[in-house]
Amino acid sequence: MDSNLNTALLEYCIALGDDSVTLGHRLSEWCRNGPFLEEDLALTNVSLDFIGRARMLYSYAAELEGKGRSEDDMAYLRDCREYRNLLINELPNGDFAFTMARQLIVDAYDMGFFTGLAQSRDTMLAAIAAKAVKESRYHLRRSEDWIKRLGDGTDESHERVQNAFNQLWGYIPEMFEMSDDERQLLDAGIAVDRSALEENWTSTVHTILKEATLAIPDEDWSIGGGRDGMHTEHLGFLLAEMQFLQRTYPGQQW
Amino acid sequence: MVELANIPNPTQLYELLSSVVDPEIPVLTLQDLGVLRDISVDEGKITVTITPTYAGCPAIDAMRADIESTLAEAGYQQVTVKQSLSPAWTTDWMSENGREKLRAYGIAPPATTTCGQQTGTIECPQCGSADVKLISEFGSTACKALYQCQDCREPFDYFKCI
Repeated sequence: MDSNLNTALLEYCIALGDDSVTLGHRLSEWCRNGPFLEEDLALTNVSLDFIGRARMLYSYAAELEGKGRSEDDMAYLRDCREYRNLLINELPNGDFAFTMARQLIVDAYDMGFFTGLAQSRDTMLAAIAAKAVKESRYHLRRSEDWIKRLGDGTDESHERVQNAFNQLWGYIPEMFEMSDDERQLLDAGIAVDRSALEENWTSTVHTILKEATLAIPDEDWSIGGGRDGMHTEHLGFLLAEMQFLQRTYPGQQW
Repeated sequence: MVELANIPNPTQLYELLSSVVDPEIPVLTLQDLGVLRDISVDEGKITVTITPTYAGCPAIDAMRADIESTLAEAGYQQVTVKQSLSPAWTTDWMSENGREKLRAYGIAPPATTTCGQQTGTIECPQCGSADVKLISEFGSTACKALYQCQDCREPFDYFKCI
């Protein structure tokens, strides 16, 4: 593999790891704050799935890089501008409706993305994706169920979840934008064509919103830049919390 | 003279490791669960291959430590526990024996053997009724969901099918 492609693959793994670790961390913030015990357990279990993915992706990135960094170095010792996650993953949790609306958007996206990545010519990425897709199928079933319950629930739950989708809608276009490096990896049979996922995603999510008696948001703004390291102001606070221990006591281990 | 016990033999090692159980569901051995994928011996060095059930399953580190200490107690020091991701773990790998042990322990075993979409019925491990209600998609661990039997009213964990 030529060195350009190798660097692109390394960056790709890190970006995917960043998607998983930021959302995994957000979900973990629900621990002991869930609306009831079972939901507390569910949110943190889903969080574990995302953190597990991040560990596998970071470990693989560290191996590709070959400079002796570990999965922990990737997660704990990189600053905001080095993070490459899609912005939707770093947004604060908001209320339960906001968390579940984001989850539906991401879970539906992950189903398409990891199904595609499981066909990657990179066998490690394909193996990680094959595990992830099984988990995402389950996640999607749960978030779909919640969106229908909240949307078709009380006036208040309907309003809250509708507002959540309205606020999240502008973060969606970024999920389907391909970078040049990614196209290079796509040509090599490694990456997924994210721009081709939008059609299926739209049909899945719109169908669920309609069943939930929710309106498809009519928002004409959009924002991106996560894959280039340009983030919302929220990521710094997330990392400050997540990285606190390693920054204060460098090199500490379990 | 070389002590016989210290010459590793995969069959003996499998037997030895049949005492290692899932730390979260201690009635299941790693073999029952399908987590133990392979044991190989090369010039006296033992490599045990395991696969995680879920990407973030926290039990995997405990399983690794238990394998190492079980083998160390039996006198085997040169042990590597390797993690393999492909093929991805599926509940199809759970042994028939394991499914029975789960049921006896009060956990409903995975409903179907053709996974992806759940097609079979889930039965109450206490009274066998199929009239059950989902309480939560997740139970006490990532691999389980919480149900309640509508006949005997007993709540129970169901081992999810993936």
